[in-house]
Amino acid sequence: MLQIYCPYCRENREEEEFSYSGEAHIQRPLEPESLSNEQWGDYQFFRKNPRGLHHEMWYHAAGCRRYFNVSRHTVSYEILETYPIGAEPGVSESDKTGEAR
Amino acid sequence: MQTNRLAAGGRIDRAKPVNFTFNGKPMQGIAGDTLASALLANGIDILGRSFKYGRPRGIVGHGAEEPNGIVQLGTGAQTVPNLRATQVELYEGLEAFTVGGWPSVEFDLMGMLGALGKLMPPGFYYKTFMRPKKLWMTYEHFIRKAAGLGRAPIEADPDTYDKLNQHCDVLVVGAGPAGLVAAREAARHGARVILADEQSEFGGSLLASTLSIGGQSAAQWVAQVVAELRACDNVELLPRSTVFGYYDHNFLTLLERRTDHQGISAAATPQAATTKATRQRLHRVRAGQVVLATGAIERPLVFGNNDVPGVMLAASVSTYINRYAVAPGNKLVLFTTNDNAYQTAIDWQRTGRQVVAVVDSRANPSGALVKLAAQLGIKVIGGHGVIEAMGKKRVTGAVIAPLNQEGTAVTGSARRLACDLIACSGGWSPAIHLSSHTGAKPRWSDEIVGFLPGESKQQERSAGAAKGTYTLLGCLHEGALAGADAARMAGFGKGESHFVAPNIQELPQQPPQALFLVPHSKRTSRAPNQFVDFQLDVTAAGIELAAREGYESVEHVKRYTAMGFGTDQGKLGNINGMAILAKALGQSIPETGTTIFRPSYTPTTFGAIAGRDVGELFDPERYTAMHRWHREHGAEWENVGQWKRPWYFRKPGETMRDAVNRECLAVRNSVGILDASTLGKIDIQGPDAAEFISRIYTNAYLKLAPGKCRYGVMLKEDGMIFDDGVTACLGENHYLMFTTTGGAAGVLAWLELWQQTEWPELEVYFTSVTDHWATATVTGPSARKVIEKVCSDIDLSRDAFKFMDWRNGTVAGAKARVFRISFTGELSFEVHVPAHYGRHVWEKLMEAGEAFGITPYGTETMHVLRAEKGYIIVGQDTDGSMTPQDMNMDWVIGKNKTFSFIGKRSLQRSDCMRENRKQMVGLKTLDPNVVLPEGAQIVNDPNQPLPMAMQGHVTSSYYSACMKHSIALAVVKGGLKRMGEVVHCPLADGRAIAAEIVSSIFYDPKGERQNV
Repeated sequence: MLQIYCPYCRENREEEEFSYSGEAHIQRPLEPESLSNEQWGDYQFFRKNPRGLHHEMWYHAAGCRRYFNVSRHTVSYEILETYPIGAEPGVSESDKTGEAR
Repeated sequence: MQTNRLAAGGRIDRAKPVNFTFNGKPMQGIAGDTLASALLANGIDILGRSFKYGRPRGIVGHGAEEPNGIVQLGTGAQTVPNLRATQVELYEGLEAFTVGGWPSVEFDLMGMLGALGKLMPPGFYYKTFMRPKKLWMTYEHFIRKAAGLGRAPIEADPDTYDKLNQHCDVLVVGAGPAGLVAAREAARHGARVILADEQSEFGGSLLASTLSIGGQSAAQWVAQVVAELRACDNVELLPRSTVFGYYDHNFLTLLERRTDHQGISAAATPQAATTKATRQRLHRVRAGQVVLATGAIERPLVFGNNDVPGVMLAASVSTYINRYAVAPGNKLVLFTTNDNAYQTAIDWQRTGRQVVAVVDSRANPSGALVKLAAQLGIKVIGGHGVIEAMGKKRVTGAVIAPLNQEGTAVTGSARRLACDLIACSGGWSPAIHLSSHTGAKPRWSDEIVGFLPGESKQQERSAGAAKGTYTLLGCLHEGALAGADAARMAGFGKGESHFVAPNIQELPQQPPQALFLVPHSKRTSRAPNQFVDFQLDVTAAGIELAAREGYESVEHVKRYTAMGFGTDQGKLGNINGMAILAKALGQSIPETGTTIFRPSYTPTTFGAIAGRDVGELFDPERYTAMHRWHREHGAEWENVGQWKRPWYFRKPGETMRDAVNRECLAVRNSVGILDASTLGKIDIQGPDAAEFISRIYTNAYLKLAPGKCRYGVMLKEDGMIFDDGVTACLGENHYLMFTTTGGAAGVLAWLELWQQTEWPELEVYFTSVTDHWATATVTGPSARKVIEKVCSDIDLSRDAFKFMDWRNGTVAGAKARVFRISFTGELSFEVHVPAHYGRHVWEKLMEAGEAFGITPYGTETMHVLRAEKGYIIVGQDTDGSMTPQDMNMDWVIGKNKTFSFIGKRSLQRSDCMRENRKQMVGLKTLDPNVVLPEGAQIVNDPNQPLPMAMQGHVTSSYYSACMKHSIALAVVKGGLKRMGEVVHCPLADGRAIAAEIVSSIFYDPKGERQNV
């Protein structure tokens, strides 16, 4: 069971308080009607499935009810950082040693 | 008779005899015994029959590793299957039963199969019983019955179990020498420490040790350290507590057995009830740092008939002597590959019983312990091995033979040594289970001839024998370092250790020999069974056969032979098995690798895992404010999510169909009343509320005026219907959104998702108010007359209070919101009052409606009435693959909305525009009395050869008392253009029911009745 630092509550809390909400940093196209079916399909359905660093959204459902981002290693399940919606990740695949915030 | 009990010694209280029964036979042990030590004291050799061959089996070990001594305790609701006798503390009145063997341990059906010996090679079940396939059920029944490992109780468990969430800075697992010192060290640095050990007493191997530590006996030293720890406020000591799983982010699970040692009924006695004793507690521990001091498990040696009762682990024999004062036999042959086990021969000699010989596989053993044994007059036979045990139900002798230096071949003629006990030691395997749980990959060490814990994946370190350190001083030292390091990493101290090495007279030891399969004068496939895994009867020949049959991966061999699949998870056998496989494959052990241990370390009871989450606490139940009224008036219940909703109100003598028909007709003819409190309600406020709602719903909300309501449908971004409901404008920038009962939580999360992640610039706030309001829906042609009687401050007239309006007012004295919305198609008033007034207002409405025959109705009638009107229920008529157009609800899609609302773009995908998508229609069975089963499949031609072409399925189906025929809603491919066609529903019983495709609106198609 994971222990997740909520960037809004500023506390480590148990995984049971959270729910997973899919890949992070997927922006809804501003003009959906101008997209081809294929482009719209990419936005809709295509997701990364990395073995390694993954930026994903979590939801503090039984806490502050805020969505936020998590950089998690999908093999070790290590959480390298959590950061608010709208912020950019501090660690990337090429920078796995990044300090957890 | 405790024939094997020694006159003196041991950590037992001879003044306290303990009576127990074994298979119904009364016996006596002594306080401090385990069931295993008591049985051995009583000279019991056979504890069960083996799983596959039905061979008699006796106790091998003294702890968690025990594969054979598996017992069932007690009878009835509290019986416990599959316990290791070596871990069961003896208590007065204990009833133990063997679990293997059918019909009995003494006469065993499987034993007859066993006599046929080689008839059951690995893969036997796959190879034999799969053909003919249909007979498998027959075979399986008898195999399971014969091979069973105990019976699960069939009654409800009367005991109470708890779960406890714990946090600590340092969790130390195992309270042997390394663990005790680690805990002491961490505690001295000020860390919050939990020290857990599976045994009843702390001390681990020291409880059976003959060494002295700094002038004290090992037991005195343990007592002193435990006393220091007990005096610390920052230390929690948990004996009888097994850490059985190590999960992500240093989360560990720990099973504490609180009353089992007092008897299986102890937690359910009246005394226990007053002290609130729970039988077991599951601790869920989030540890900052972990020290694994789990010790090591001795490896048996694999030789012919090594499973005959009387073949035991050397350290176990020493433990029975030193800790329990039991000598399990008379004449000992010790078979070893290392110096360490010589201690057992020395211990045995001291009991006054005979040591026939020590058989050492090494050519010239010359270590200090070897010399000490020789000085004591013990005969040492080097360069030999026990190649076969003699005897059927008990060892009667050992066949020994000279071995070559590598231990791979017998080099001379065999001879027999008469004995009744063969203690064996193939070295030690560190108990790396918990470290493995974290994903750390075990690494092989030639030096210790075993697997060591792999590189840490979490905040943990191993210490002592768990790390392959086998000297006592080494264990103590490593424990201190690990404790100090764990404390430092947890933020306490700088890693400095308070440890001062005590004086310990330990003899230096020479290297062990790696010997995983003792050669026989016959080749393995012809030799007597050489057991690797006792519990599942896996032999060396079986593993070699698997290799010959092409299995190369250790994980595959494990599954094919079932090695390590028993309740002991191969604690004794796996390393030997892997080494034998490696040799058969002509590769090294590291190349072959090891299987990964997974939780649980030892079996965990379901009771502890469930804790208090049983019965009515299993899942919360939600009641409306009118719940008790419903109960008092004969409601049958339907579970909707966690809500209990009245399903229908049964009157004496009525069937369900009678009751539903009566309720339906009451609504259509006069008036009914429904508790609609469970509908989800989300209060939405903020200057951008209207804009936000418009983006979420398919239809327009920007112009919805205060006092008005609108029905809307919510899509997921893929264009599929997700939820529906009415939203009311309560005032400027203030809305109330109704959701389906089951969808309330999901919808709130959905709104928050979009607001927070995509449109944070929209200022809008959401609050769940579902539980704040009680809702009574008064519906039917007489509804207005009922409301008039209890509400005087709202103009209820048709033109002043229109359909899809809402008003503030007072109903039966309570402040209320009244909505003119309808899910029945009749004139309806939904009365919302603060939940506390719910029952009062409900009763007043019942009084007011009495003259009109007001009839309470439940969800079933609600479903029938709405189906008569063709109103969908999201989740029943839709399944996540239905668009509004599929539901014939194109009208709900706002055509002039500027913002591309959620799901809009997807509706233009080619698949969503397809002509022959499944579409919502009504079905009218040709026989008006036949009600189609919901879920029935629809075909065009019931006589078409299989597989038939599926046309769709029935989503809702009822008998309509009002229409006097059955009605159904269904989705049918291209159904909207197939009105009047007849389709068929083939049923499991062979019937095919014909039905005509009709409009989904059966009743009042013009919608006039709700506008009166």
